[in-house]
Amino acid sequence: MAAKTKFREVEGWGFGYLSLLAGLGLLVLAGLGAAWFMEHNGHYVTGMNNQIVWGMPHVFAVFLIVAASGALNVASIGSVFGKTVYKPLSRLSGLLAIALMIGGLAVLVLDLGRPDRLIVAMTTYNFKSIFAWNIYLYTGFFAIVGVYLWVQIERRMNRYAAAAGWFAFLWRLILTTGTGSIFGFLVAREAYDAAVMAPLFIAMSFSFGLAVFLLVLMLSCAGTGRLLGDRILKRMGTLLAVFVAAVLYFTAVQHLTNLYAAEHVGVERFLLLEGGVYTTMFWVGQVVLGGLVPLGILLLPGIAGSRTGIAVASVLVVLGGLAQVYVIIVGGQAYPLVLFPGMETASSFMDGAPATYAPSLYEFGLGLGGFAFALLLVALGVKVLAFLPETLADAAVDPHHTRPSAVEPAAAGA
Amino acid sequence: MSGFDLKRRRFMSAAAAAAGVVLAPGVTLYGIGAAARGLDEPASADTRWGLLIDVNQCTAGCDACVTACNEENGLEGHGRPATDAQWIRKVRVRNPKTGTETHLPVMCQHCAEPPCVDVCPTGASFKRADGIVLVDKHICIGCRYCMLACPYKARSFIHEDLSDQKPHAPRGKGTVESCTMCVHRVDAGGTPACVEACGENGNGAMLFGDLNDRDSEISRRIATYATHQIRGDLGVDPGVRYQNL
Repeated sequence: MAAKTKFREVEGWGFGYLSLLAGLGLLVLAGLGAAWFMEHNGHYVTGMNNQIVWGMPHVFAVFLIVAASGALNVASIGSVFGKTVYKPLSRLSGLLAIALMIGGLAVLVLDLGRPDRLIVAMTTYNFKSIFAWNIYLYTGFFAIVGVYLWVQIERRMNRYAAAAGWFAFLWRLILTTGTGSIFGFLVAREAYDAAVMAPLFIAMSFSFGLAVFLLVLMLSCAGTGRLLGDRILKRMGTLLAVFVAAVLYFTAVQHLTNLYAAEHVGVERFLLLEGGVYTTMFWVGQVVLGGLVPLGILLLPGIAGSRTGIAVASVLVVLGGLAQVYVIIVGGQAYPLVLFPGMETASSFMDGAPATYAPSLYEFGLGLGGFAFALLLVALGVKVLAFLPETLADAAVDPHHTRPSAVEPAAAGA
Repeated sequence: MSGFDLKRRRFMSAAAAAAGVVLAPGVTLYGIGAAARGLDEPASADTRWGLLIDVNQCTAGCDACVTACNEENGLEGHGRPATDAQWIRKVRVRNPKTGTETHLPVMCQHCAEPPCVDVCPTGASFKRADGIVLVDKHICIGCRYCMLACPYKARSFIHEDLSDQKPHAPRGKGTVESCTMCVHRVDAGGTPACVEACGENGNGAMLFGDLNDRDSEISRRIATYATHQIRGDLGVDPGVRYQNL
């Protein structure tokens, strides 16, 4: 069995660490500036309009929220599924989950028409709204993951870690079901209104969350000079491949089901063939670069398990994920609402015409600011509390790796 | 409200109700829509306000309803069609197989089961007891989920600063809005501005009335002729019906 993991804060204030904080801080400030500019002038300065009401900020926000619940999976695999090798990673997993959720919600709130009324959103509820449920699911997520982290860090509470892990795992599944259902419950939109949105979002969360986790883990270990074993990395790489494949599977189910129904052929033709930027983002961004290429990198003999390969695959999964969320959110709105099935429509309010959307710099700024805020929280978190293990060398964390030497010392020495 | 105002309102209320009784059935097409309701009197579920639009009467070039709505509610465009608010619009519907065209106004359909109300996280989107769907501008946070949920593209988000608002139609930057069925007129016993303008300057294609009152003109026409609800298949039961569509 591997020795008990020791955790330690990031030490010192090196130039690299300070530069990281400064860079992320600048991005956060730029995001805040963009939000202030949009709220001050009104949303007409953005690319959003009465046709595309959710734009680039929502793409980032939904990506971050989905990735947040997925980032927690690493902890769940240790606590819930009993994979010991993942246990040393569970603190970072919890921290990243909370940070990504804060980043995503910050973007969502700052893009509201009236962000100053956040208190209204927190105190006035319509319980038939999935959005209202989500407010509880998000705040509950902070509380539950917070407790989960505490019972892991506080030695006297360690015995409750498994129970907290189970609870957090179930909560995050419900939470992502809620996020997917924001779209699944939209009865009138051709691109949404499907139960598959919930499991699709869960698969997306597994994939995006693990990809972000892998990148943060690799950067943290490289930046702090901590060992990160090849075996543990390869295991997570293979797991990422499984999640990427699951996303492709649910995506296929989503579109094939629609293609079978004559009433949805129009929206599918738009997204898959004639939608211009959305079609390109779907096939090139989501399916090839965000799906097939990472699968190849992670699974093909010869390159599977390589450190660079896993890093590249993770970056591609993140970019492909952003493309996927863009196609779902913006592409789904760009396809015009069908008021009169089988008829052609036109009006001064853009009826019947695919909506146009060109994201403004401010929207990118706000979205990236949210991403940067999440990473800044992680960078500060690992500095002030013992979230990172001292070492993640295979021998230190992988019981299977050390078993031969433990059981058969003679053989190990031979 | 002063005691005098209340008395005056109640008097008008009674007078309008009496006029309705005297003139019914069939004479009060556009003039008198409803008895005025006192401000201390809640909207009643006994009433369900609705519209009937005769598509055969609605012509391509006419936008009397749109102009009247903009004027009544103070909707001034900024020359930016993608972000300017439109509460009512004329839609051209063309059958690609036959080439036949119809033109009709589309606005908030005041659904009995409004998806915008279902999805609104704060309850800012709400339906009055008498079926009119509104947005409470004080608790709308501007999340725009209702705009995604509306099957009719009936809602607009206020993208920029407003000026010269009409006191009876308050609006707010950063909030969502849509046709109120001219609730301020309806509560005072009148008809929506679009209906009035369609009768006066248009082709008399629009009829306003109480769908729950069997003796109302709108109910009798709906009982007599086949009418259509846009996307009636969604089961949201719009309060706006279309004839000859």
